[in-house]
Amino acid sequence: MQINARVIQDTLYLSLCGELDEHCASYVREVLDKHLSNSVCRQVILDLSELSFMDSTGIGVMIGRYKKMKERNIPIFISNPTSHIDKIFKMTAIYEIMPKIN
Amino acid sequence: MKYINQMTLKFDSLSINEGFARSAVAGFCVQLNPTLDEIIDIKTAVSEAVTNCVVHAYPNKVGIVEIWVGLTEDSACISVKDRGVGIIDLEQAKEPFFSTKPDEERAGMGFTVIESFMDTFDLRHNKGGGVEVFMIKKIENKNVMAKSGLNG
Repeated sequence: MQINARVIQDTLYLSLCGELDEHCASYVREVLDKHLSNSVCRQVILDLSELSFMDSTGIGVMIGRYKKMKERNIPIFISNPTSHIDKIFKMTAIYEIMPKIN
Repeated sequence: MKYINQMTLKFDSLSINEGFARSAVAGFCVQLNPTLDEIIDIKTAVSEAVTNCVVHAYPNKVGIVEIWVGLTEDSACISVKDRGVGIIDLEQAKEPFFSTKPDEERAGMGFTVIESFMDTFDLRHNKGGGVEVFMIKKIENKNVMAKSGLNG
């Protein structure tokens, strides 16, 4: 699992590359939280175009990050999930709190 | 059910084995000529079942996870078994968003994902303790390779 972060203007872009499951979940939480708390931004875009696999462990990871950023009033958007990850997100109505953008 | 090919895997309930388990099962099912979508459905369901063994069945120790796959001409039957702590209320466990560990950021969606990605899903008490996840994925494509394998 590789996570890249860059800030463009007031947006923090976080891109996940690889497979997200229970094994790497705590690492992903830790790295995402580090970027989320260290970056100055007004919104966050999670780019999932390179995330080739995710099971329901990923839902917990996403909702956990959402809760942390909600306290700071910073919205998170989900960008370009693969079709099977999109299916998992739709199952949990996650786009209602983290809208999907393209 | 008549199986044209079967395999069994046994491994430790370590999270690092999740990727191995879903890839191994997917690799075995490839002989049925599944679509990429069907393969990723199977990988996701196996990943959910194995995660349950790692996180819930053996919470404070490493135990054995046993996966069996039986292929018919048009479906993959998969069983994931543990001999862990077991589940008292199977119906409650299957409910969406039900988790015994919500404080660990667990969504409680594992069985819901399996149910939606597979054609058949059954959660059973395992004889001798623990639980068994049994699931079937129909493979729409014609099973050309496996048939020719039988004849040859």
